[in-house]
Amino acid sequence: MGWIRFFRRRYWDDERARELEAYLHEEISDNIARGLSPDQARRAAHRKLGNAALIREDIYQMNTVTLLETAWQDLRYGARLLRRNPVFAAVAILTLALGTGANAAIFQLVDAVRLRSLPVERPDELAELRIDSRGKGRSGRFISRRPMLTYRQWQEIERQQEPFASLMAWSDTSFDLAGGGEERPANGLWVTGSFFDTLGVQPSVGRLIGPADDAPGCPQPGAVLSYAFWQREYGGDQRVPGRTVLLDGHRFDIIGVTPEHFFGVEVGRAFDVALPLCSEPVFRPADSSLEGQMTWFLGAIGRLKPGWTTDRATAQLRAISPGLFRSTLPDNYVAEDAAAYLAFQLEAVPAGTGTSVLRGNYSTPLWILLAATGLVLVIACANLANLLLARATAREREIGVRLAIGASRRRIARQLLSESLLLAAIGSAAGLLIAQWLSGFLVAFLNSDQRPVFLDLSVDWRLVGFTAAVAVVACLLFGLVPALRATAAAPAASVLGSRGTTDLRERFTLRRVLVVVQVALSLVLLVGALLFARSLRNLMTVDPGFQQEGAVVVSLDFRRADVPAEQRRTVYDQVVARLAGIPGVSAAGEAFIAPLSGSGWNNRIVVGGELKPLLVNLNSVGPGYFRALATPLVAGRDFSDQDTQQSTPVAIVNQTFVKQVFPNENPIGRVFHIEDSPGEPNPRLQIVGVVADTKYQNFRETDVPIAYVAARQDAKLPPYVQVVLKTTTGLPGVRGGITRAIAEINPAIGIQLQTMDRMARNLLRGERLMAWLSGLFGALAVLIATIGLYGVMSYMVARRRMEIGIRMALGADRASVVRMIIAEAGRLLVIGVILGAALSVAGARSAQSLLYGLQPWDPATLALGAGLLGAIALLASWLPAWRAARMPPTAALREEP
Amino acid sequence: MPKRGTSPIDGELLQGTLDLLILQTLTLGPAHGHTIAHAIEHRSDDVLQVEHGSLYPALHRLEDRGWIASFWGTSENNRRARYYRLTPRGRQQLASRTTRWDVLVQAINRVLRPAE
Repeated sequence: MGWIRFFRRRYWDDERARELEAYLHEEISDNIARGLSPDQARRAAHRKLGNAALIREDIYQMNTVTLLETAWQDLRYGARLLRRNPVFAAVAILTLALGTGANAAIFQLVDAVRLRSLPVERPDELAELRIDSRGKGRSGRFISRRPMLTYRQWQEIERQQEPFASLMAWSDTSFDLAGGGEERPANGLWVTGSFFDTLGVQPSVGRLIGPADDAPGCPQPGAVLSYAFWQREYGGDQRVPGRTVLLDGHRFDIIGVTPEHFFGVEVGRAFDVALPLCSEPVFRPADSSLEGQMTWFLGAIGRLKPGWTTDRATAQLRAISPGLFRSTLPDNYVAEDAAAYLAFQLEAVPAGTGTSVLRGNYSTPLWILLAATGLVLVIACANLANLLLARATAREREIGVRLAIGASRRRIARQLLSESLLLAAIGSAAGLLIAQWLSGFLVAFLNSDQRPVFLDLSVDWRLVGFTAAVAVVACLLFGLVPALRATAAAPAASVLGSRGTTDLRERFTLRRVLVVVQVALSLVLLVGALLFARSLRNLMTVDPGFQQEGAVVVSLDFRRADVPAEQRRTVYDQVVARLAGIPGVSAAGEAFIAPLSGSGWNNRIVVGGELKPLLVNLNSVGPGYFRALATPLVAGRDFSDQDTQQSTPVAIVNQTFVKQVFPNENPIGRVFHIEDSPGEPNPRLQIVGVVADTKYQNFRETDVPIAYVAARQDAKLPPYVQVVLKTTTGLPGVRGGITRAIAEINPAIGIQLQTMDRMARNLLRGERLMAWLSGLFGALAVLIATIGLYGVMSYMVARRRMEIGIRMALGADRASVVRMIIAEAGRLLVIGVILGAALSVAGARSAQSLLYGLQPWDPATLALGAGLLGAIALLASWLPAWRAARMPPTAALREEP
Repeated sequence: MPKRGTSPIDGELLQGTLDLLILQTLTLGPAHGHTIAHAIEHRSDDVLQVEHGSLYPALHRLEDRGWIASFWGTSENNRRARYYRLTPRGRQQLASRTTRWDVLVQAINRVLRPAE
């Protein structure tokens, strides 16, 4: 029907007006012809036609879609009302903006981390190829963030697979852009020649790595830059192909640049430079991952052939698995590992959203935060519903009049809802802006110094859709009930106005329920915030067994320094001695693994021919190590310069090791060894000392057995060494001294400096994020709920002015009036707190894995939360009570409501 | 918007009747609103005294349904006027509605004068 007419209804109105005009002219002419005077003729014609304005209105109505027309009217009317109540509008919009903004921000992270497809061609066709159940039970070396396959397996898979039209593999690494001295890290990728083709990525400049670049022997390895890196380091130079990039001291020709939005396949990280996989041995000449039979370092993603599903692909991959794993079995696996290896099965899983380490780590926290923001929004909605109820009461008369003169209930309810919708729309638009800012801040929070987190946070349809859905739900939550309530009143009563003393009991009930809901939910958020904050505090104050403060970890890379393997010991000793001599450094000790760095080395041990059923954490450290970390020696002696390759191999163990391996025995002098691999027997180690327990990889671990071997007795030294320094000045005071000292030994040595404090902070950034955000949301919730309670109490006091006046006139003193009001608020509080406590205990279970050092039902936290909330809420209700008590009774009695 | 349904007798009796009269009047040829109003009045021997204004919403509705079409022309008095003419669809509608009307009238007559 008249869609065209709907949009041209003004034109049609004019048209009809002219038509009616024409009728009048005809009729007047006829009438004059019949002998009437012009004046009489005109009046008769008008009488004949009827009310022209009404006719036009009828026709106009026919041309409109009534719902749309009135919706537009309602919105304009609503906007006018909001403009006239700027305070109400501001409070409502701000509350909604904070509520939807928090939701949208967290959703944006969930979206970016979990839901978003890779910015490549037809991402739904991509599948990751990996070992079933993520290859549990694998052993060997694991490097890169996606250590799914070894190179040998990859070669076989590439030869035998059928499901993929194109299959690629990659490994990530870090390149040093500086030519020596302090390192400048860049995120690197090694990719097979099929990488960019498989993903369907086109170059934005030059060309990308193709099969010819990843040829055996790697005659011409060319580097591909990411768009961001190209902009940052080369200023977006169009002639960048032909220029070079220095990576770990090796110069590579740049061949091209990827498109702006392409960041690789790992969500949460953006690559800077990609090289063909065949160039990997250039960086690790001694222990290339391409040669390592047990080196897991590749991830693989392919594009399925048309008609192939991941299920069908998995079936084919399973069929080739037995033969494939038999032909790639590492030579020196022990029987147990070999059996596990031969049972592996390959599988294909959808990979359209890429891979992500972040996704695994932050899934639970993000869902919990999304739930928390949802609660904040519910509280905000309850508050708005209360505000609207109060306003509806104030507009009772207006609504009564409109009902009385014939407006339908539905029409008025719709008009009130339109106002809510308007609020919701403005609030969420503002929320979307807040979300942009907040999510950027959150990503910055997730960053650690070494590994910047990259997430695509551009606004997409999912975010807008989510926010819109949130807005609509919110609008219905806070707008529907007040709208229905407002129109349910009898028009006569509201037009006349009611002058009751304790009237509208029933309408109060709803508002009380809303306050109770707010109190309960904000207690849940408050308790959650306290739980996370106390967990963080527990983790921060946990005694790691060493002194973090002032400790600096110096990581040195000797690969470019041309130190022959047999001279490394001498050079490393020299390095430690030089570092120990720097002013401000009070102790220095070499370490294979710095505690809390995230790296680890563990194995089983053998005591007296018996394989112990526990994994022991291992480290290889030098003489000054325990002094540098101020870890107390409990028994025996520290390592010394007398421990050499020629002397008896020795070890120092921690107290937990003693408890678990030599309970009730004197461990000093006992001998154990690390489980041998076939053909590589490990030295028998004599325990010479016991040290206090320390944390090894993170703060959460308890009772970890650690055994330290003497670094000076290591037969094979890697071209890397770490030295832990105890400083009196912190890093800034010794940074210059360190770089100078190392440069004097050899300017080609790569240096990374990190304070132990910083490492600890990085380790706890997830917990810190949770504590901060839940604290923020908890505070927000309490604030909103307090405003809500205050509003309801003030409103109640205002409605009961008469009653209070009478009571006071009859002799009630101020204290008893205050008591009466406070008691009223107290009742609501108590119910809310009890409900909230029950909800908190139930809800906190989902967060159990994130807590440390306390249980989800921790009574002290519950009590603290309830006490805090109660105190704030009582303060909020004391104010209206106090005002009520201050009011002269006569004023209240004389007042016309 | 046309109402769907098979029931010939519904609450829109009067409105439907006016539509019928307009369509019938236009079978004689195109006419403008003024002519149609007077023709209905005249041909019913002045029994059907409708407010002429109510004709226009009906014309509008019929045009909307595509049963009649309109154009601007010049009236007998040399004035610009909007003329309406019957469309083929309108002609069909008129036929079917006339039949229904006859059925309705017969039915009512049978109820009102059962003895005859």
